[in-house]
Amino acid sequence: MNINKANRNGMTNATAVIGIFAAVFVGVLAAFGAVQLSDPAPDDGLQERAGEDKGSGTAETVDSFPVSIRKPIGPPRVLTGIVDAEGNAVTASCSSCHTTRPAIVATKVSAELDEFHSGMPFSHGSISCLACHNQDDYDALRLADGTRLEFSDVMTLCAQCHGPQMTDYEHGAHGGMTGFWDKSRGPQEKLNCIDCHLPHTPQFPKMQPTFKPKDRFLSPEGGDH
Amino acid sequence: MNAESPRPDQDASERHQLPILNQPSSRRTALKAAGFALGLAAFGKALSPMMVIPENVSAEEFLQQHYKELTEEDKKRIFARLEKEAKEEYGADVTISDPPPIPGVRFGYAINLSKCNGNGKCMEACNKENNHHRGTDQSYIRVLEMSKGSLDMEHGTTTYDHTVPQDDKFYMPVQCQQCDNPPCVSACPIEATWQEDDGIVVVDYNWCIGCRYCEAACPYHARRFNWEQPEIPADEVNGNQGYLSNRIRPQGTMEKCHFCLHRTREGRAPACLEACPTGARVFGDLNDPDSDINYVLKHKRVFVLKEELGTRPNFFYFFDS
Repeated sequence: MNINKANRNGMTNATAVIGIFAAVFVGVLAAFGAVQLSDPAPDDGLQERAGEDKGSGTAETVDSFPVSIRKPIGPPRVLTGIVDAEGNAVTASCSSCHTTRPAIVATKVSAELDEFHSGMPFSHGSISCLACHNQDDYDALRLADGTRLEFSDVMTLCAQCHGPQMTDYEHGAHGGMTGFWDKSRGPQEKLNCIDCHLPHTPQFPKMQPTFKPKDRFLSPEGGDH
Repeated sequence: MNAESPRPDQDASERHQLPILNQPSSRRTALKAAGFALGLAAFGKALSPMMVIPENVSAEEFLQQHYKELTEEDKKRIFARLEKEAKEEYGADVTISDPPPIPGVRFGYAINLSKCNGNGKCMEACNKENNHHRGTDQSYIRVLEMSKGSLDMEHGTTTYDHTVPQDDKFYMPVQCQQCDNPPCVSACPIEATWQEDDGIVVVDYNWCIGCRYCEAACPYHARRFNWEQPEIPADEVNGNQGYLSNRIRPQGTMEKCHFCLHRTREGRAPACLEACPTGARVFGDLNDPDSDINYVLKHKRVFVLKEELGTRPNFFYFFDS
């Protein structure tokens, strides 16, 4: 009988142990299942994602946003070295001086000048000052055919000689941009020629790199990566 | 039960008991006991990963499903958790989104090697936009200084520190080429990386196990491994975060350039393009015949890196003339 009693207790213990494990097992199953079973309809997500695009990027609305080109400010003004009563520098327009003296068409480099602009760096082919500046109105520019052109429209002037660059520019392959690549979703802003190329020394300036990732591929020791 | 050795003092009901404890030893009970022990051991082993979840990983995160299995509800919950974690760990307010590919759009990117001067602003913009680790100034882009006359990127150097451009050099930024036949995707043993419909190859940072096979497989050295948990000052964390792109990645996972999909799928330009002071970068929709990128492909001398490998990149290089 003692043996049987022990047997009974043993059986109870075993049942309890197994029961606990079963409970844990079911619990864990439920935990895993909760993540998987909470997906009522797998296609819902896809439909939701596709649905989000309604009303944008359709063929009818293409190019509804403008491409704006930053316009240069109007005619440049020259510092006179004088400060007014409020402390602001007094500037003069080009025509202030240039209406008082005759234009010299032959001048090609600033070194030929002895009074003004003589130290101005110039490296833009062998063109005359008056190829671009307007001898009849120094507050404006001049196209090759003699047409007067505002300073703010300088890109038309540049494009006379730099046609391929202008074509690339118009197709987004020259000069940077910011904003939206997709003009149906937002505007795009672009710089103009003289934002990057100084008119008198148009070559893009040299730069000093300032940012270097320090990953193993880049380490000077080289070696494996 | 115990049919082999029924004891005379046991009645029938007592004989039908569980076979393991306090049973007279026999070959059968021994085998049953061994079987039960084995089963228990296997169960314990199956549960053992639960015991080694790293301290910084919640059980929910540990049990998270693959990105493609997630429902919108799951995503909402996960994004909320990630936003909360960013607030707790980085002190930054972030919004996590998951913009889908734009139907019908296939992205292409091109770099004008006649224009690029190696100044590296793209790398810096990438670092800031994509919440890279500041300790290593990580970036998805490497700008290689190359000797004129060779296009072999393996001979490019990245450690130059002088004014650029040098007359006898040209500069070639290399980042993920978003291949149509991506070796990294084939190499991944768990499908944690794949190519989306717009051509962008993405990584599920939570599914990735960090084996780095993809890093070894990429012929462009474009993949990066998070050796450390990224350190980013709170005021520098970019709060506009995509789940598959620039959200702050966990330590021990792979990552790569994703064409700034949190921007480009909203129609905006990639950060590296906007940052380029030389205008060398052209981005757009390859499926749109009038796009900037297609103008480049039609009118310029274009090549792709390591074409002979058959990776079919959606990333191009060109010269003006």
